[in-house]
Amino acid sequence: MEALMAVCIGVLTACGVYLMLRARTFPVVMGLMLLGYAVNLFLFSMGRLATDAPAVIGRAESHADPLPQALVLTAIVIGFAMTAYVVILVIRARKTLNHDYVDDRVNERAHGAPEKSREGHS
Amino acid sequence: MSSHLLVLPVLLPLLAGTILLLFSGARLAWKRPINLLACVLLLGVALALLVRAAGGDTQVYVLGDWAPPFGIVLVLDRLSALLLVVTAVLAIPVTLAMSAGTDRSGQNFHGLLQFQLMGLNGAFLTGDLFNLFVFFEILLIASYALLVFGGGRARVAASLHYVFLNLAGSAVFIIAVGLLYGITGTLNMADMAQRLATLPVDDVPLARAAGLLLLLVFAMKAALLPLGMWLPAAYASAAAPIAALFAIMSKVGIYAIFRVHGLLFGEHAGALAGLGQTLVWWLALGTLVLGVCGMLGARSLRSLLAWQVMVSVGTLLAGWALGTVAAWQGALFYLIHSTWLTAAMFLLAGVVVARRGVAEDGFMIGQRIVSPVVGLAFLAGAVALVGLPPLSGFVGKALLLQAAGPADALFWVLLLVAGLAALLSFARAGSTLFWRGDPATPLSSAQPMPLAPVWLLLPLSLLLVAAGDVILAYLEATAVALKSPQDLIDAVLGARTGGE
Repeated sequence: MEALMAVCIGVLTACGVYLMLRARTFPVVMGLMLLGYAVNLFLFSMGRLATDAPAVIGRAESHADPLPQALVLTAIVIGFAMTAYVVILVIRARKTLNHDYVDDRVNERAHGAPEKSREGHS
Repeated sequence: MSSHLLVLPVLLPLLAGTILLLFSGARLAWKRPINLLACVLLLGVALALLVRAAGGDTQVYVLGDWAPPFGIVLVLDRLSALLLVVTAVLAIPVTLAMSAGTDRSGQNFHGLLQFQLMGLNGAFLTGDLFNLFVFFEILLIASYALLVFGGGRARVAASLHYVFLNLAGSAVFIIAVGLLYGITGTLNMADMAQRLATLPVDDVPLARAAGLLLLLVFAMKAALLPLGMWLPAAYASAAAPIAALFAIMSKVGIYAIFRVHGLLFGEHAGALAGLGQTLVWWLALGTLVLGVCGMLGARSLRSLLAWQVMVSVGTLLAGWALGTVAAWQGALFYLIHSTWLTAAMFLLAGVVVARRGVAEDGFMIGQRIVSPVVGLAFLAGAVALVGLPPLSGFVGKALLLQAAGPADALFWVLLLVAGLAALLSFARAGSTLFWRGDPATPLSSAQPMPLAPVWLLLPLSLLLVAAGDVILAYLEATAVALKSPQDLIDAVLGARTGGE
């Protein structure tokens, strides 16, 4: 199970990093989400992996560490809120910047001077 | 009541922020006084806590009465009390400046400010590593919204970088926290410090990796060299009062390095002692050089100030890396000075932008500002930031240079060159903004920006010098306590529960 977990975390991280390096807003958001999943799995496995072990003392001979589970729950909630915010920000950026590159200067190089945004000057 | 005073810096902004968000449709005439009142109360609480911390005892607040090391604790020592006061002092002029009219360009500035303060205060007070992550997220999500406040192309582009970088940073933060929990089995920083000091040899490389990952995250928030390139664009594009508030944001990273690395990887940490110190030293010097280049090449006042923030980050972290009590004392003094004075100058840049029309605060021949009061404020702020006597910048730099000694000659050279470059940049900025072009006519369309908040912050520079002996004694005690944190560890682990 350790090997499976390690491979899962590794693949998720690799995909996340690859997508983040695409430097277009939607892939970057997807990449951050995948990285978030990988991190949550990693945090969970820091409590040591065990099967059939409840996180409550006294219910079984061995028990799992409940703290990482609580931490993962917190991390998931925070990650969810951040994803919601970043999706809205990306939609706003698409509208304001008229492109979906993370780096605004990419557009300048490709198309000359930046187009006037609809919301006026900054 | 007094024993619960410790949790108020978190609860007060939470309450005020919730009220302000619940009634987000309410008129600004209602929201502004509520926000201001909450900021003034917060300053009162922070000052009361400063007085208590100055007594020397580390105070511990056990949340939910779960005995340490199992529950979450809030820890008040001299360093956290100091930063609470620095933040609370900053919040009042920022609120006043925004209340003059800039807060109309969005709906929830006042609520967001309170949540930002809650995150900052929580990060300064917490004694738990995961809780530190949570408060970082609170202050970050408020800052994401504040950075883009008002909209516009430059702000949106800068905040994309800021948000993406910080989200990736948060992921790295959790990995580091998870690693440290996996090794030590605790999240309480005091408990963790004890366990790291007696770590089995096999676990040392893993702990080293975790410590460096934490350093990576904090260096990114503090804007150290390879990770700080988000800062100039972000600070230069934000609304001026919000950029003033962000003067404390990069200091949070520096606080975290002082706190976490001082406690977990200090001199007592055995094999892990002094982790990353050499690395930070060279990177901090690099940040100084880069900041100087940026200042000389800046094309607007806000951009100049943003690069000045990078210079101060380099100075502060070089002071941290020197690692002596004297250097830390100087660095902490410089931290107070640079936070307040940079904020004052950002507020002043807002005044300049509002008065100069289309030229904004750009260094081009446009309308010049004819106002002795504004000019005097600029002069005072520039003198303080450049580091000329008699204002506080000089004292901060002198302390750091004294602490560096002849062995670190490179630091002397770079810090003095940075001062010269700052002098040149501010002279160029001032002569363009105040002397060249036609006199500015007041614009009816521009959002007004009052000068009073600037004058609230500027005299603090004189205060820092006038009350120098008191402040330096306090800071020396702070630095000594940071260097030998055994008292803090004992206080946290010995905290009584079951009510008082």
